[in-house]
Amino acid sequence: MLLSSVQNPRLLYLQSRLSHFNFRIKSSLHTSQTLTLTPSPPPPTSQILDIRKTLLSREKTAVELAGDYLTRIQRSDPKLKSFLYVSEESVLREAEELDRKIERNEEVGPLAGVYVGVKDNICTADMPSTAGSRILENYKPAYDATAVSKMRESGAIVVGKTNMDEFGMGSSTEASAYQVTANPWDLSRVPGGSSGGSASAVSARQCVVSLGSDTGGSVRQPASFCGVVGLKPTYGRVSRYGLVAYASSLDVIGCFGSSVSDTGILLNAISGHDRHDATSSRREVPDFTSQFISKDILDSKPLKGLRVGVIRETLDEGVDAEIVMSIRAAVSHLEELGCTVTEVSLPSFSLGLPAYYILASSESSSNLSRYDGVRYGNQCESEELNSLYENTRAHGFGSEVKRRILMGTYALSAGYYDAYYKRAQQVRTLVRKSFKSALDENDILISPAAPSAAYKIGEKKDDPLAMYAGDIMTVNVNLAGLPALVLPCGLVEGGPAGLPVGLQMIGAAFDEEKLLKVGHIFEQTLQDCCFVPPIAADN
Amino acid sequence: MALTMFRGIKCCPFSMYPSALVARKHVFLYCTMNNSPSQTATQDKAQANAKVSTQSKKMSKVAKDYEAIIGIETHVQLSTLTKAFCTCPYNYGSQPNSSVCPICMGLPGALPVLNSKVIEYAVRLGLALNCELSFNSKFDRKQYFYPDLPKGYQISQFDVPIATGGFIDLDLPVEFGGGHRKFGITRVHMEEDAGKLLHTGNGSFSQVDLNRAGVPLLEIVSEPDMRTGIEAAEYAAELQRMVRYLGISNGNMQEGSLRCDVNVSVRPWGQIEFGTKVEIKNLNSFSAMNRAIDFEIARQELLHSQGQADQIVQETRLWEEGAQKTVTMRKKEGLADYRYFPEPDLPAVNLTIKYVDDIRDSLPELPEMKRRRYETMGLSMQDILFLVNDMDVADFFDATIAKAADVKLAANWIMGDIAAYLKNEKLSINEVKLTPEELGELIASIKSGTISGKIGKEILFELLAKGGTVQGLIKEKDLVQIADPVEIEKMVDKVIADNPKQLEQYRGGKTKLQGFFAGQIMKASKGKANPGILNKILLEKLNAKS
Repeated sequence: MLLSSVQNPRLLYLQSRLSHFNFRIKSSLHTSQTLTLTPSPPPPTSQILDIRKTLLSREKTAVELAGDYLTRIQRSDPKLKSFLYVSEESVLREAEELDRKIERNEEVGPLAGVYVGVKDNICTADMPSTAGSRILENYKPAYDATAVSKMRESGAIVVGKTNMDEFGMGSSTEASAYQVTANPWDLSRVPGGSSGGSASAVSARQCVVSLGSDTGGSVRQPASFCGVVGLKPTYGRVSRYGLVAYASSLDVIGCFGSSVSDTGILLNAISGHDRHDATSSRREVPDFTSQFISKDILDSKPLKGLRVGVIRETLDEGVDAEIVMSIRAAVSHLEELGCTVTEVSLPSFSLGLPAYYILASSESSSNLSRYDGVRYGNQCESEELNSLYENTRAHGFGSEVKRRILMGTYALSAGYYDAYYKRAQQVRTLVRKSFKSALDENDILISPAAPSAAYKIGEKKDDPLAMYAGDIMTVNVNLAGLPALVLPCGLVEGGPAGLPVGLQMIGAAFDEEKLLKVGHIFEQTLQDCCFVPPIAADN
Repeated sequence: MALTMFRGIKCCPFSMYPSALVARKHVFLYCTMNNSPSQTATQDKAQANAKVSTQSKKMSKVAKDYEAIIGIETHVQLSTLTKAFCTCPYNYGSQPNSSVCPICMGLPGALPVLNSKVIEYAVRLGLALNCELSFNSKFDRKQYFYPDLPKGYQISQFDVPIATGGFIDLDLPVEFGGGHRKFGITRVHMEEDAGKLLHTGNGSFSQVDLNRAGVPLLEIVSEPDMRTGIEAAEYAAELQRMVRYLGISNGNMQEGSLRCDVNVSVRPWGQIEFGTKVEIKNLNSFSAMNRAIDFEIARQELLHSQGQADQIVQETRLWEEGAQKTVTMRKKEGLADYRYFPEPDLPAVNLTIKYVDDIRDSLPELPEMKRRRYETMGLSMQDILFLVNDMDVADFFDATIAKAADVKLAANWIMGDIAAYLKNEKLSINEVKLTPEELGELIASIKSGTISGKIGKEILFELLAKGGTVQGLIKEKDLVQIADPVEIEKMVDKVIADNPKQLEQYRGGKTKLQGFFAGQIMKASKGKANPGILNKILLEKLNAKS
């Protein structure tokens, strides 16, 4: 028991309960994935499918599995701080229900017994949803986000709410109002952000898969930093209903998994039209996992004929040499698999970053207006209406959020609208067009997910521009609304066991299927890499 | 859920805009309901005119030198089953915060989804107002902070409204000089309503009721084409008729389903630029509009005439019904910046030609068309305005004359006895048992002489209250008029014989007693004697031996 090292008050309750719980089932503590030191570790397998097998073969009960995960959280979270809230009680209750179902030989959903972490800006009816902000401290939504209710319908069990940069505004999770999450690969480093908690939790095997949100790279960059698979679906593929809005025209709920399979299975569960979200697509949802081919039956050139475009601008100056090397190695790997790789240029690429920050800030300045202290959230009592607003918002919002509200308010002001917001929309159209023509010539585009591996906590915290610049690889994809998959492709120097590097694959709109298929083959054939961080292996 | 989430906003002297104390309060409030029957513009106005007349007289000399310019922004609450962006119903006067959901409360993560009826209603009104429709329009966010605005922005339309550049035709009431008017419509756009602040009796704090938040509105902006209070009031009344004819709103001003904000400016005759405009709010009836505008015009004209035109500042003034004057509510410091931008949560609104054509084909006959049609039928404008004011009345009239009833007689019955009955019983024409077919039958029966006019009236009230058919009632009560001269003569003879004293007096020169005899005979016939024949025979007999 690590009770002495507890720093997160939100976990206190959990731990006191757990110590009692562990007494009953103390024998069942081991990870489902173990780190081996052999030179060629096996490729990642689907934990979701493993769990299904384990449960249906009665090898383990859901309650036992829950114990595994809760124990792992209890052990590692004082160091990692992935979670803002862990709902031990509901996890055990739901696991017991599932066990009864299995006992009765009832049909269980594709996510039965899958323990999911949910980013704290995604509403959950029975748990607080603060979006990492003080202004929503203790706020419990009245409803489940559509993505959450769909997961639950598929049998998933929500473990808790994961830490994030306040309202998704940040790239390191340091802008959370509550705590700083550490990178499981090196506790002195950031997990990336804004979905840092969700990435860290999957990486450290604190949960099986997790939901994040991606407005400018908030799923993909932390996936890269934490060495997990991160998927940003096409805008409109997954309902945003219940996702606390940051920039509505860019926000997408995304998936984290420790394998491409798990990411695809999770996407299956949450995709589809939602009558509560007018921007969700009516397009039919394919089975994203049907294209997965087992490693054993792959032929020598399984990706023969696949046209891959390497985005030239993403391997230019400003990108760490080691990252460029890792991506080059990934390119070679793709070529070995049969891909035809060419370099493509996206001339508008560098315009994407400023355009993104104008549009995202503009929309956020509007979306965050509702936090006025009148109806919910923290309120500062005042003598007068304007000071109620001022004090509530001054105390409730962190500095990065304030900065973006100010920028956005400015960009939308009369006299500036044309020069900023409108101009940025024009850039967005350009970005869209240049991706469209690049994807007419190529099946997928590839780039790094971030210009560097995970950096040190505090390194960029006080340099917002440097922080913003780190989003260069990802924001264009949001502007174009395209799907992108990030999966670990290598390790670079740093930390006790190296730091993972993520490869970003960008596909045509609504072609997640292709990304997942290519990603799966890439992952299954990648040699000499194991992306389990030391902290998970320790357990 | 709702209750725990709402806080009262505590306010000191809290007018419309609080400068006030704010504190947390979890108190439940009941909203008072003020549900008075809807007014008609014409009823309202006679009264209105009388009240302003003293002031107008005083001002009449000054007024000749100036011209008033009036433009109106009207908000019409649409009578859709559910709100604009969620599935909550809206019922005026229901318990505060009883009809709310995450969407209209602006909870984190909630998203708006447009109720397609809103577009349909907007297109209906756009077409009825002769506007050009935008086949590709969109929603925008209008941003400002106020406790009744849960999201901190209102979903509205900014640069591409659904309809633009139309006009509205109307005829001024005869008692106000009459005349046809055509006023321009600048634009019609869709938006959502805000909630309501409820102020406590002592004004110490306020609470927010979000029942109204998210109710769909159409905002109709007129061209600055009106020149007098009555023109403005008639414009609003015609809009009310129109939305009621179209079935898109109940147009009830007391409930706030139709709200007018009026902009008034005054300029010396011949001047091209507009004077400084003043906005007037709190106009809860057409008559208030009329009076408020005429007051405001007079106020501004007086300032002009005293060389104090610079005292007219751009501001919002409130109409005080009690004092019958406008007072400053707030001065405007420059133009508010609402930071409009396209609503990213809602897709663009794209109309197809077929969609619009289908709606156009389904439009009812509108008030202006009805008025012109009735005009060709030879009805007076006074009658026309009465009949057209209420679509149900006009429909009733149309259905009556469809049965070949005499147009003028039908109008008279409806405007006379039937209207009086409706007023007394506080009923609408659809609530009475009388059908247009039977009214037609009644008129025909009188015209043909089957029953007398007096009997007709009796039957009418029977039909209004209990229903039935004219034929049935005539039969049942044996009311067929006696037109047989022989039978009438018998009755005349009998009455004359029974009243020798009166006969004596009559023949002595007191000819007024003819009425007495006629009355007695009519009574004897139980009202059924044909009065013409009766009088003819009576006169003959009375005068026979003199």
